[in-house]
Amino acid sequence: MNAEPAHSAAPSHGFLRRRVFTTEHRALAVLYLLIGLAAVIVGTLLSLVIRIHRVWPTVPFPLYGILRPEDYLAVVTMHGTLMVFFVLTVVPQSAFPNLVLAEQIGTRRMAFPRLNATAFWITLASFLALLAAFFVPQGAPISGWTSYPPFSAIAATGPGQGAGMDCWLASIALFCIAAVASSANFLATIVARRGPGMTFGRLPLTVWSWLTSSALTVIAFSALFGAALMLFADRHFGTSFFIPAGEVINGIARSGGASGSPMLWLHLFWFFGHPEVYISILPGMGLASALLANFTRRPVLGYRFMVIATLMIGFLGLGVWGHHMFVSGMNPYAGTAFGLTTIAIAVPSSAEVLTWLAMLFRGRLRLSTPMLFTLGFISFFISGGLTGPILAQPALDAYLHNTFFVVAHFHLVMAMAGVFSLFAGIYYWYPLLTGRLMNEMLGKAHFWISLIGAYGTFFPMHLAGLAGEPRHYAQLAGPVESFPSLIPVERGITFAALTLAAAQLIFLFNVFRSARHGDRAGENPWRATTHEWSPDLHPITRGEPYVYGPYPGGTKDFLPQWELAAPATSAQPYPSGAKPE
Amino acid sequence: MPATFTRHQVETEKRDTGYGGKPPVDRRPTGGGGGDDNWDSRSSRHGGPRELLIRYRLAVLSGLAGDFVFFAVLVSAFFVRPTAGHIDAGANFVSDWHPIAIPPILWINTAILLLSSLTIEVARRQLFHEIDVMEEWLGLGRPAVKRAAPWLLATILLGGLFLAGQWIAWQQLSAQGLYFATNPNSHFFYLVTGAHAFHLLLGLLALVFAMAAIFRLKKVEMRQIALDCTAWFWHAMTLFWIFLFILLVCYQ
Amino acid sequence: MNWLPPNGALHGIGFDDLLRWNLDTIFWLFVASQILIVLALLLSGLRRRPAPVPGPVRARSFVAFLFTSLLPLLAITGLYIAMVVTSHHLWAVSREQASARHAVQVEVTGVQFAWYFRYPGRDGIYGRLVPDLINAPAGNPLGLDPTDPHSRDDIVSPVLVLPAGRPVDLRLRAQDVIHGFFIPGMRLKQDAIPGMIGHLQFTPEVPGVYPILCTQVCGLGHARMQARLRVVTPSEFQQWLAAREGFALSTPIAEVPAQSAMEERP
Ligand code: HEA
Ligand code: HEA
Ligand code: CUA
Ligand SMILES: [Cu+2]
Repeated sequence: MNAEPAHSAAPSHGFLRRRVFTTEHRALAVLYLLIGLAAVIVGTLLSLVIRIHRVWPTVPFPLYGILRPEDYLAVVTMHGTLMVFFVLTVVPQSAFPNLVLAEQIGTRRMAFPRLNATAFWITLASFLALLAAFFVPQGAPISGWTSYPPFSAIAATGPGQGAGMDCWLASIALFCIAAVASSANFLATIVARRGPGMTFGRLPLTVWSWLTSSALTVIAFSALFGAALMLFADRHFGTSFFIPAGEVINGIARSGGASGSPMLWLHLFWFFGHPEVYISILPGMGLASALLANFTRRPVLGYRFMVIATLMIGFLGLGVWGHHMFVSGMNPYAGTAFGLTTIAIAVPSSAEVLTWLAMLFRGRLRLSTPMLFTLGFISFFISGGLTGPILAQPALDAYLHNTFFVVAHFHLVMAMAGVFSLFAGIYYWYPLLTGRLMNEMLGKAHFWISLIGAYGTFFPMHLAGLAGEPRHYAQLAGPVESFPSLIPVERGITFAALTLAAAQLIFLFNVFRSARHGDRAGENPWRATTHEWSPDLHPITRGEPYVYGPYPGGTKDFLPQWELAAPATSAQPYPSGAKPE
Repeated sequence: MPATFTRHQVETEKRDTGYGGKPPVDRRPTGGGGGDDNWDSRSSRHGGPRELLIRYRLAVLSGLAGDFVFFAVLVSAFFVRPTAGHIDAGANFVSDWHPIAIPPILWINTAILLLSSLTIEVARRQLFHEIDVMEEWLGLGRPAVKRAAPWLLATILLGGLFLAGQWIAWQQLSAQGLYFATNPNSHFFYLVTGAHAFHLLLGLLALVFAMAAIFRLKKVEMRQIALDCTAWFWHAMTLFWIFLFILLVCYQ
Repeated sequence: MNWLPPNGALHGIGFDDLLRWNLDTIFWLFVASQILIVLALLLSGLRRRPAPVPGPVRARSFVAFLFTSLLPLLAITGLYIAMVVTSHHLWAVSREQASARHAVQVEVTGVQFAWYFRYPGRDGIYGRLVPDLINAPAGNPLGLDPTDPHSRDDIVSPVLVLPAGRPVDLRLRAQDVIHGFFIPGMRLKQDAIPGMIGHLQFTPEVPGVYPILCTQVCGLGHARMQARLRVVTPSEFQQWLAAREGFALSTPIAEVPAQSAMEERP
C-alpha cells in the first residue's frame, strides 16, 4: 500500500492530524481536490439532467419524477455555480497551487500555512452552504449563476428565490473570503518565499499564471463580496440598491419605493465575472506551456513573451466586463468601447495560442496522456476562443447574446479547455501524490472518448444558437416558437453528452486503481526540469525553468533547475550564461 | 488512497537568525541601492527577519487591495444613485436622492482618526529605531517597546473615541428618522460608515493584540511585525475614511 | 448560416452578411488550426530521432519565434481589427443614433410571463401608468390610469403589429424582473430592465409573422414567455390601428384596456 515506507514513519501524528486538520499544503491540495471531485460529480449529474430534460421533457427521473420548469432552472443554476466556483476555481486556483506552487519556487512551505488551511475550511463551508440550497423549502435558486436582480433580490419572484437564494448568497460570500485569503497567501509566497536562486526571470510559467490569477482573485472576489453584501441588504434589510421603484410582482405592487438600479449589479457582477473566467483558465495556460516544453523536449518558445502575455491578459481582463452587457441597455458608446477592449484581450490570448502551435512543430512529441490532454486543451481553447471575437462585436452579439451560441462558446473555452487542463495536471502530477503513474491505456481511452464526446456535445450548440434558441429554456417547444429543426440537433447533443460523461468513469476508475496498482513512478518520471520533481529538500535554483534539448554526447536531454549546467565546452549547447530560448 | 501523499517529509523551517545576526532595523541591509526583489539578478533571501516582515506586509497589502475594491464597490452605488429616481403615481419624476445633512460630529471624528494615524505611526517608528532595537536585540531591556507603548495606547483610545463618535452620529441620524432603509442616501450612508466601522473594530482588536504582542512576544522581529502590520491596516482605514468622508460631504 | 431564421428587417441584411463572413473566417481558422495540431502529431511520428540543434540556440530560436509567433500574431491582430471596424458601422447605425422622426412608436412591457405592446394612440402620447392599478385579470395589465386623458386612446395588445417599411421606435420597460426582448427574425435583442426605459430602433421590411422570445431568465415561465410580431402592409396597419382606436374612444374609459387587451391571443 505504501510507496515508500520510510515516509510513513512520521510519528505521533494520526491520520486526521496529518491529512485533514493540517496546514501542510499538499494535504490541503488533496482536500481541495476532493471538494472539486464532489462538485464535479454533482455538476455533471446535473448537466445530464439538463440534457435529458431538454430532449425528453416528460420522462420522469428516478426518485424525483418529472421535472417542472422551475426545477430545470434550479438545476442549470446549480450546475453553473458548482462548475464555475467549485470545479474550475477550486481545482486550478486552489488545489494545484497547493500541490506544487511552493515546490516550484524552490521552497517547502507556504508563506502562511494557517491562513491557507483556514481558507480551505471556509471553502468547505461555502460548498456545504451551496449544497444546502437543494434541501431548503422551495429548493435551489433559479436565477442562473449570474443572479440578476430584481429576480434575485425579491423572494416573491419565483420558487427558490427565498431560502435557496440565501444559501447561494451565503455560499458565494464565504467563497469570496476564502478565495481572497488563499490568494493573499499565494501572492506573499510567490513574492517573498522564493528559494535561493529563484529569480523572477526563472519562475516557471505556471507560477506566473498563479501570480496573475491570484492578483485577479483578490480584486475580483472582493468586488463580488461587496455586491453580495448589498444584495443581501436588499433582501433582508429593506434597502434597495438593486431594486427599482414601482416594482410589481405577480400583479402586486411592492410597497416602499426607493429606486435602485439592477444595472449596478450587472456591472459589479461582471466586473467580477470576467476576471473570474480568466482566473479559471490562466493556470491551465501556464501548465500547457510547461507540458508542451516537457513533451516536445524543447524549451518554451519566447519565455518572456509568454510572461508578458499572461500579465497582459490579467491586466486587460479587468477592463472588459461590459461585453456581457452589450444589449442590457447600457450606453451604446460604452458597448463600442468594451468591444474594443475585448478584442484587445484576444491578442495576448492568441499570442499564447500561436506560440503553443509553434512549439508543437519542434522536436518529437511524446504522446503520453498529459500531453494528449494538453493538445486537447489547445484545440478547445482555439475552437471556443475563436467565437470570442465574434461575441465581442456588439452588433453581432445583439443577436447571439444569451443564445446557445454563448453556451457553446463558454463550454468549449471554459468547461472543456478548462477541464482538459485539469486532467493534464492530474495525470502529470499524480506521481507527486501517490508515487505511481496513472494507467496510460485507460488515460488514452479517456482522452479520445472525451474529445469526441465534447466536440459532439458543444459544437452543435453553435447551430442551436444561430437558430436563435435562448438559454435557460426548460423546453424546446414554446407557445409560439418550437424550433422544429433543432430537435435532431438537441438529441445528438444529449447522446454526445452522455458519452462524454460516461468517459469520466474511466478517469475515476483510473485514479483510484492506479493509486495502488499503478506503475512506480520513480524520482522524476517525466524527466522534468522544475522543482516539484527535485529530490532535494531545499533546492537551489541554478537556471532557467525549461531547459530541454539534446546534448551532443550527453545522456540527458534536459537540465533541471536544481542542476548546474555542465562545464562549458564549445560543443555544448548550453554554456552556463546562454539563454536557451 | 495510499498513505503517502508527499514524497518527502516536510521539514520545519530552520531558524534563521537573520543577516549574520544583524538586528532587523528599518534600513536596507545592503545599504543603498535596489529593493529586495529584482527581476533578474537576485532572489529573495530566506528566513531573515526582514524577509518575514516583507512577507507579512505583502499579505496585509493584498488584503487591503481587496478591501479597497470592496469599498470602491460600495461607493459605486453612490455614483449610480443620485441620478436614480422614479415616476410616481402622479407621473412626476421623483428623485429619490434626499441629501443627508452630515452630522457635524463627523468632522471631529475625522480629526480624531487622523490623529490616531499619527500616533500609531510614531509607535511604529519607535519599534524600528536603530539604537533601541539594537539594545533589545542584545537583550539589554526593552527601550523600544517602552517608548512605543504609550503611543499605541493613545491610538487605542483615539480609535475607541472615533467609534463612539460614529455611534453618536448614527444616533443623531436615527433621531431625525433616518434609518438604514429610509432612502437611497441613507442606505449608502449607513452601509459605508457601517462597513468602515466594522473594519475599525477589527483594527481595534488588532491594536489590542499588538499591544499584548509587543510585551509578550520574545522575538524582536515578531513584535515589529505585529505592530507594523496593524499600523498599515490602520493607516489604510484612515485613508479610506477620508475618501468616504469627502464623498459624503461634497457629493450630496 | 442557413440555421438563422429568415430575416425580415432592413438592418438584418447587413447583419447577415457580417455574421456570414465572421463565421466563415473563424470556421476556416478553426479548421486550419486543428489541421496544424494533427499535422504536428503526424510529422513528429515520422521523425525518427530528435533533430540535432545546429548553431547557437538563441539566434535560431529568435528567427523561429518571429516567423512562427510574431508574424501570425500580427496577421491575426489585423483580422480582429478588421472585424471590429466592419461591425462598428452596423452598431452605429442601429444603436448610436436617435430614432427617425416619424417612427412608429410602440411601448414594450415585459411581465412575468408575457409581453404587452402599447401604442400611444391618436394623440401620440403614452398615458400615465399607476402600479397600483395593475390588474391583468381585469384587463389592465399595465396599470393605465383612467383619469389621464392621454390613456384614453392608448392601445394595449399582446401581439406586436407593425407596418412594413417604416422605422419603428420601441420603448422597452419591465414591470417586475429583467426580461430579454428578442425577435430572431428581426435580428433584434435588448433587455427590458425594470426602472429603466430602453429604446430600440429598426425597420421591418418583409411582411409575415415572427416569434418574439424572452432571452433573460426571469422565472419558471421564462420558456413560455413568447409573443408574435406581425409585420403587415401600411394600409393594413392603419386599419388595425383605426379599429382599435375607434374601439377605445367609444368605450367608457375604465373599460378601455379591458377591451383592447382582448385582442387575438397567440
Ligand atoms: C466548468 C464549467 C462547466 C462544465 C465543466 C460544464 C459541463 C457541462 N455542461 Fe454546463 N454550464 C456551465 C459551466 C460548465 N458546464 C455554466 C457556467 C452554465 C451556465 C449556467 C447558467 O446559465 O446559470 C452552464 C450551462 C449549461 C447548459 C445550458 C442550460 C440552459 O441554459 O438551458 C447546458 C445544456 O446543455 C450545459 C451542459 C453541460 C454538459 C453536457 C456538460 C458536460 O460536459 C459534463 C461532462 C463533465 C465533464 C467532462 C467534467 C468531468 C471532469 C472531471 C471528472 C474532473 C475531475 C477532476 C477533479 C475535480 C479532480 N451546461
Ligand atoms: C475560461 C473561460 C473563458 C475564456 C478564456 C473566454 C475567452 C473569451 N471570451 Fe468568453 N465567456 C466565458 C468564458 C470565457 N471566455 C463565459 C463563462 C461566458 C458566459 C457567461 C454567461 O453569460 O453565463 C463568456 C461570454 C463571453 C461574451 C458575452 C457573450 C454574451 O453573453 O453575449 C463575450 C463577448 O465578447 C466573450 C468574449 C470572449 C473573448 C473575446 C475571449 C478571448 O479571450 C478568446 C481568445 C482566444 C482566441 C481568440 C483564440 C485564438 C486562436 C487562434 C489565434 C487560432 C489561430 C489559428 C491558426 C494559427 C490557424 N465571452
Ligand atoms: Cu421573461 Cu425570460
Ligand atoms: Cu467575459
